[in-house]
Amino acid sequence: MNNQPENFVGIDVGASTTKAIIINADKEILVYSVNNTGADYGAAAEKAFANACRQAGTKGSDRYLVMATGYGKRNVPRADDTKTEISCHARGAFHYFPKDHTLIDIGGQDNKIVKTDRSGKRVNFKMNRKCAAGTGAFLEEIAYRLDIKMDKLNQLAEKAQHDVHIGSYCTVFAATEILARIREGAKVEDIVKGIFGSVVKRVLEMDTMDGNVVMTGGVVAYNPFLVSMFEEKIGRKIFVPPHPQFTGALGAALYSLESKGGINA
Amino acid sequence: MSEEKKPAIKKIQATGQMRKIMADYFYELDAAARDDSKKVAWCTSVGPAELLLSFGFHVYYPENHGAMLGATRMANDFIPVANAIGYSPDICSYLTSDIGSFIKKETPLSKAYEGIEGVPKPDVLVFNTNQCRDVQDWLSWYARELNVPIMGVSTFRNIGEMTDEVLAGIVQQIKDLIPKLEKISGNKFDIDKFREVLALSKKCTEMWRDVVETMVARPSPMSFFDATIHMGPAVVLRGSETAVQYYETLHAELKQRIKDGIGAVEDEKYRLYWEGMPIWGKLREMSELFIGLKTAVIPSTYCNSWIFNAFDPADPFLSMARAYTEIFIVRDENFKEKYIEDIVKRYKLDGILFHDAKTCPNNSNNRYGMPERLEKRLNIPTLTINGDLNDLRCYSEEQTRTNIEAFIEQLQAK
Repeated sequence: MNNQPENFVGIDVGASTTKAIIINADKEILVYSVNNTGADYGAAAEKAFANACRQAGTKGSDRYLVMATGYGKRNVPRADDTKTEISCHARGAFHYFPKDHTLIDIGGQDNKIVKTDRSGKRVNFKMNRKCAAGTGAFLEEIAYRLDIKMDKLNQLAEKAQHDVHIGSYCTVFAATEILARIREGAKVEDIVKGIFGSVVKRVLEMDTMDGNVVMTGGVVAYNPFLVSMFEEKIGRKIFVPPHPQFTGALGAALYSLESKGGINA
Repeated sequence: MSEEKKPAIKKIQATGQMRKIMADYFYELDAAARDDSKKVAWCTSVGPAELLLSFGFHVYYPENHGAMLGATRMANDFIPVANAIGYSPDICSYLTSDIGSFIKKETPLSKAYEGIEGVPKPDVLVFNTNQCRDVQDWLSWYARELNVPIMGVSTFRNIGEMTDEVLAGIVQQIKDLIPKLEKISGNKFDIDKFREVLALSKKCTEMWRDVVETMVARPSPMSFFDATIHMGPAVVLRGSETAVQYYETLHAELKQRIKDGIGAVEDEKYRLYWEGMPIWGKLREMSELFIGLKTAVIPSTYCNSWIFNAFDPADPFLSMARAYTEIFIVRDENFKEKYIEDIVKRYKLDGILFHDAKTCPNNSNNRYGMPERLEKRLNIPTLTINGDLNDLRCYSEEQTRTNIEAFIEQLQAK
């Protein structure tokens, strides 16, 4: 009987959402699953895993090999191993973009810039400092202040006709700046574009953008207009992989496969 | 990765002896402060301590107290107290936690040493700004609060070459202290006593250097985190035979570890430099994290800062001026980069960690592009950790852990 695992699972327990991906030995993605992380990382991971299994139609008797990543990686009960989200995002991005590149990942509570060489090895990486400026949490806070649903930000920003400048590092002070812009009569769509512009600035000041640029993360998944603003700023096309929110989970699943002697991409 | 294995910090046997001599030192200071016939001087940690000792002062080092406030995690109870009286949360958190603790009349000394109720009351406050301006501001607060005389040495900054002019300026400032110290101590300056203290300090510092140098061995018998604790006597007891004897004991133990192939980190795979201040409240967590990652964090600018090669009893003023001015923190970027480069090569290191301490700009050498320059020059990776020496509000445990783990994963994939 062959005891080798048939399914390779990546679970990314992020600050905001938990993502799971199942791939097979041929690196084919069988299913994606996402749910909110909440306060119980273990439960969030189990839920994402169960949803993924149900959608994939896998059987209870199937053998899994699970790699966990993200802030909650140490709380994933069924994890066979863990790897940092920095490694997993780089691995996932390289799967779709196997060239040297600079990866920008905008997550719920942190931003990462990871530089990878043409063989897929990480050259260096940077994370934002403790401040949430420029992260998904920043957008959530501002959307709440403006009483706008998060999924409406992108379409509002697309409609903007005027530039509104939001300069502060600090999320709270940025919100105060926005109040001033509202008093001055700025339109909400212009303000939302100004907020996106603030995210672009906070990210670009973290590191240099060398060569090809790839963007991933939940914020990118739901706000393609933000990507176009980055492209305009750096003056070249940015590659966004399919399902950018799942890049870390995919990287974890690939590491899981490779840890069992699978082929290195 | 194996970070979930419960890591074990290997205890250094000499630690017991160190605790004893540190306890003796604090009890002696406490007794001196209560005895009208004895004088207590407060001195910055790289200040002209030998001169003070030669006058018979019992010397207390506020920075050592600052480190104790950090290591015991009491600092964050006191920093806001100093903030509230106008000392910004952005300035030295040794200063703010120490002043805050004085105002609150609480000290880790009372917890560690039964019977000691507070820090020893000073008769004089002596600074050297070779480390930063904050030390002068720090002692100035006490000067005003306690109505105690303050004096010191203002050291030039960002020095490249140590010129005669620079040294002459420092020598003169040290000499200018003498008449004032004679008056406060009631003792005449005795150059032979000064030479004697300097000779003992030299022996202490040479032994400390030998201790630090054991970390060149692979596996390293001691880590940076151990060294930050064991450097205590080099800071507060230099100029005494006690410190020399302690380092002889410690050195012998570490040499034995080398002989027996015992490393501070079991199965040591990677070796890193620590540039910047320790994160005092997280020493144990950091030590365990790196042990779990099979990574030895070994040489550091910080622990090397109490190696004073220049001391020469034959020429006490000039050699003391040189010793306290040629330290890393006083020097320009070219000197600093060359210094780190030499250590990286000699210790055969795989990478450099820079600690960007929020409240200690002078000890945060990542801020002017040095990591990027060293990465290119040495072809090894660097990682910058954001934190602080004492103020744990500036430190994110999870983010730091992720950064460090990712850095080691990067080394593994190399």
